Amino acid sequence: MTDWDMELVHVESAALDALGAANSLETIDAAAAESVGKRSVLAAMQRSLRDVDPDERRRRGALLQASRTRIAQAVATRRGELLAAHRRDQLASDALDLGDVITSARPWALTAGHGGLIPAVQAELEDVFVAMGFTVAEGPEVETDWYNFEALNIPPAHPARGLWDTFYVELGDPETIVLRTHTSPTQVHLMEQAVATGTLPIHSVMPGRCYRRDTPDARHLAVFHQVEGLVVDQNITFADLAGVIETFTRAFFGPDIRSRLRPGYFPFTEPSAEFEITCTICRGAGCRTCSQTGWIELGGCGMMDPAVFDAVGIDPERWSGFAFGFGIDRCAQMRAGIADLRALTENDVRFLEQF
Amino acid sequence: MRVPRSWLSEFVDLPESDSELRDILDDLGLVVEAVDHVGAGLEQVVVARVEEIHAIPGADRIRRIVVDAGDGPVEVVCGAWNFEVGQHVPFAPVGTVLPGGLAINRRVMRGVTSNGMLCSPQELEIGDDHGGLLILDDRGADQVGQSVGEALGLGHDVVYTLSVEGNRPDAWSIYGVARDLAARLGRPLREPALASPDRGPATDEVAHAVVGAPALCARLTVSVLENVAIGPSPAWVVQRLERAGMRAISNVVDASNYVMLELGQPTHPYDLDRVAGATLQVRAALPGETLATLDGVARHLAQPGRGLGDTGVDCVITDGDDQVIGLAGIMGGASTEIGDSTTRVLVEAACFDAMTIARSSKRHGLRTEASTRFERGVDPEVALRAVARLVEVLRASVPDLVWRAHPLDVRGVATPPARVELRSGDVERALGAPIEETEVRQGLEALGFTVAAAAGGGLVIDAPSSRPDVRGGAAGRADVIEEIARLHSYRRLPRRTPTWAAPGGLSDLQRLRRRLRTAIVDLGVTEVWTPSLVSERQFARTHPQARPVRVTNPLASDSTVLRPTLVSGIAEVWARNRERGLVDLRLGELGVVFAHPGDVAEPRRSRGGVGGRAQLDLPTETERLTVLLGHHEDDATTAVALWVTLAGLLGFVESDFRFRARADVAATHPTRTAEVITRGGETVVGVVGELDPDLVLEIQGTPGRIGLLDLEVQVLQSLRAARPERAAQMPSRFPSALIDLAFTVPLSVRAGDLADALRATSALVESVRLFDVYRGAGLPADTRGLAFAVRLGAPDHTLDDAEVAVLRRQLIDAAAAGGALLR
Repeated sequence: MTDWDMELVHVESAALDALGAANSLETIDAAAAESVGKRSVLAAMQRSLRDVDPDERRRRGALLQASRTRIAQAVATRRGELLAAHRRDQLASDALDLGDVITSARPWALTAGHGGLIPAVQAELEDVFVAMGFTVAEGPEVETDWYNFEALNIPPAHPARGLWDTFYVELGDPETIVLRTHTSPTQVHLMEQAVATGTLPIHSVMPGRCYRRDTPDARHLAVFHQVEGLVVDQNITFADLAGVIETFTRAFFGPDIRSRLRPGYFPFTEPSAEFEITCTICRGAGCRTCSQTGWIELGGCGMMDPAVFDAVGIDPERWSGFAFGFGIDRCAQMRAGIADLRALTENDVRFLEQF
Repeated sequence: MRVPRSWLSEFVDLPESDSELRDILDDLGLVVEAVDHVGAGLEQVVVARVEEIHAIPGADRIRRIVVDAGDGPVEVVCGAWNFEVGQHVPFAPVGTVLPGGLAINRRVMRGVTSNGMLCSPQELEIGDDHGGLLILDDRGADQVGQSVGEALGLGHDVVYTLSVEGNRPDAWSIYGVARDLAARLGRPLREPALASPDRGPATDEVAHAVVGAPALCARLTVSVLENVAIGPSPAWVVQRLERAGMRAISNVVDASNYVMLELGQPTHPYDLDRVAGATLQVRAALPGETLATLDGVARHLAQPGRGLGDTGVDCVITDGDDQVIGLAGIMGGASTEIGDSTTRVLVEAACFDAMTIARSSKRHGLRTEASTRFERGVDPEVALRAVARLVEVLRASVPDLVWRAHPLDVRGVATPPARVELRSGDVERALGAPIEETEVRQGLEALGFTVAAAAGGGLVIDAPSSRPDVRGGAAGRADVIEEIARLHSYRRLPRRTPTWAAPGGLSDLQRLRRRLRTAIVDLGVTEVWTPSLVSERQFARTHPQARPVRVTNPLASDSTVLRPTLVSGIAEVWARNRERGLVDLRLGELGVVFAHPGDVAEPRRSRGGVGGRAQLDLPTETERLTVLLGHHEDDATTAVALWVTLAGLLGFVESDFRFRARADVAATHPTRTAEVITRGGETVVGVVGELDPDLVLEIQGTPGRIGLLDLEVQVLQSLRAARPERAAQMPSRFPSALIDLAFTVPLSVRAGDLADALRATSALVESVRLFDVYRGAGLPADTRGLAFAVRLGAPDHTLDDAEVAVLRRQLIDAAAAGGALLR
């Protein structure tokens, strides 16, 4: 071991001692500067390498670097210890027994809060349907493939699945568990339950959060809200479906807004329909929003498909029914004139405070 | 699907007005997504002969061209280089407005006056090519002065983009749309011109067809075309393909695509001389087999996929050596592709199993025009009709074409078209109004259904082969009734608002949720909506010990895990708002959080798997109300005050709950956070306190305090439901005695417990309220002073001084038993 090596060992151990002795965040910064900073002995030794031959310079350089690394680690460790101790002290001096809080003495800033637009619109929709005689039902957001698709007459690999871009959950076998792509699985639960308990008929609406793996844009969000309606009763016809849609449309959007149905396709209803309402922008006169047709598409509906009744064990000779569904976010967008739905998830309070 | 009006009108007489046609299509469920006017503006563009080409001094990209458009020489400046003197090119004179809307003006460039413009295919919107001028001689147009539209047969046209639903494979073709219109309008449907196989040598002398997997292939037809000369298609074929959204390639491929668009039957042409044994066989691929498809990708066949219930069946076409040469119904192989020198063509027109094609297409990530048609269901009876049409179209460019006699036609297993019995009254029971039987018959028959009277009344209806979507039994009745309603028009059906005896209403939980929402908003909280998917980092921050519920196919790397709490989402919103300089925040959310089934004692179980035959464990979903309080001076005490207020609004009293300090709730302040638990029952209602100071620093950039209240909604609801009905208490008519008691209390004794002890002292204690906490000088270490206001009273008399004194003594003793000494 050369003198130079001895000196390095000495310098390093002195530095480590100084770090160990540092007992505050300020002193550790000082100690770190002293041991590895520009004016440290190590820095001087580094500078002195210029004067030695290349092989020796390489050897010493490596030793210096190793030494620096060890010191830097020691600084980090010690700093971590001190930070933890500092946090411990802070938390201890901060301690508060919540049982000692005198709530009546607690000043409360009186300000108006603002309810979310979506929950407000959802509540309003629920109220319209409740007034029409519907109850409100809810279901889980994570569903099995069976409830989200197969019981709704959409078997695995069915091309109709392309209508829904599905998020799969990493549980069980691949593609067995999904984030529900629509609120329709709740229909299946409701019907199963009613069959099991002998409590048919059903007149329910089912609001809730749904998921589609679709890049968000001004009119679509990957996480969105839907409300769906289900009626299973005796002597229910397509005329009843059209009547319910019309009554709802006028009650929610206003007496001058009408509805109409046109053929559509959903695997769980037959006959199926898309329902359109008078364009709320131009009130039916024709504008860009409605492509000059005076109508805008709101949702889908139809008579319950016998295959779905079959999956849940309802006798299609005795019962008939219909279902309909549409986006709550879309209603909110129309109601509040929101150009870009993404503002809703942005949650800027300046936006939220308008509602 | 793009449907040019001119093509559609070959099969049925259309309403004059485009808007009327659009309305009818919409009403038939063939929704018009867009209407494009094409070919407009070509009337003014004329055929011109190039007379002279001159360089322009100092310009190296443009030249001076003299053309003759029928009225003598005209000078134009042109930047294209792909033409020669004597050729014919499109010339747009000054004043022309091109299809794209570009108006042609007189311009001077480099001192040369340009009196118009020579046009590329793209500028005329008749092709994508913008590499040079459209050379009209290539398209057989050389009559100087004639309009280009006329010369190329490119009249003005309207193209409707239709969205055809998945249950309407029959309408996924020009002919199919025409059939729907003919049925609705009550007009005749015209048939396309069809070729017949030539007399002479039979097909089976040359080619062979084998269906080795009858379940995968309902029908395989193989035709042999001879004397084929590969070349460009005639202009009208190119134009129709382009207007329908496909590119022209060469006459044989174009004829195949043309027929697919027109009749809905995909066909596949092979170079006969490149197919070993001129044999086409259909079978399931074997594990280990591969195929290089036309798109240049090597496909590994018969590999089970990730899809639910996907066993990896690939239906393939093999040659006479049993080598795979095509992925049936999806894409052909590169080895047997038609080339410029092809003279003999094998045409495959088949019907493959829809689900098999759907699975293969998904597994290989390969969606083609053919696969999208097959997976919805192709009419097995159309196969040879499509070949007859293909031959007819191809003869326009290959007049000597030979279609060998007796094309091969092998049947596999086909699901027979459904038979549906429609009982009298079924239509009215479904639609709420009767529809005349003659209307029903005429409509259905126009769609190809066979309708006969049933013995006991009603109708027996046989679906045509073009309607594989029509099922049997009760489902089939619904399918047929939809057709009847569709042709009748949904708009003309009656409406009735039903009523029923059961009342509507909200559940107790739904009412509670609304109450909570209203309450927090009234107390100054702004409601946010945060996404249900959070990042791994956010998850680990709040739930370091828990198992994340991950999404297999997230859209973004910061949205991969179902949220275990609302705190991280609201915290993120907090940070975003603080970044924008928005302060005095109080944000809350009511929403669902998720827990991994492996972390829950009794996970939620549900039917799942193929056919719903398995029981699967699902994440537990819990609804929470979470509020962060960051108004000036908000902290844990604010959160406590909010909790006490909320509890009061819900009809609870303060003594129903107590706090249990918790130092181990991740992301919360370890010494200023407690669980809210029921007194006695020990049910955890939620957490009250503050966010961890490190998290506060992170989300608002400066040290500070953010109060936190995080409650489980269902627990609140259960507690409310379990609360015994209490008869209303009448306050005593006699004056109460108020006494204040100040104690020195060890830090280890909770104020709430002490208050409880005081309350329990006597039935005469009406209420106990903490009104002062004193810390500091004059008190022993590890103690603080607590002062309570105690109200004493009896229902039937006024307490006298002696009684009060006794009660006071009892209260002091009770406190002392709990470790509190009177100060």
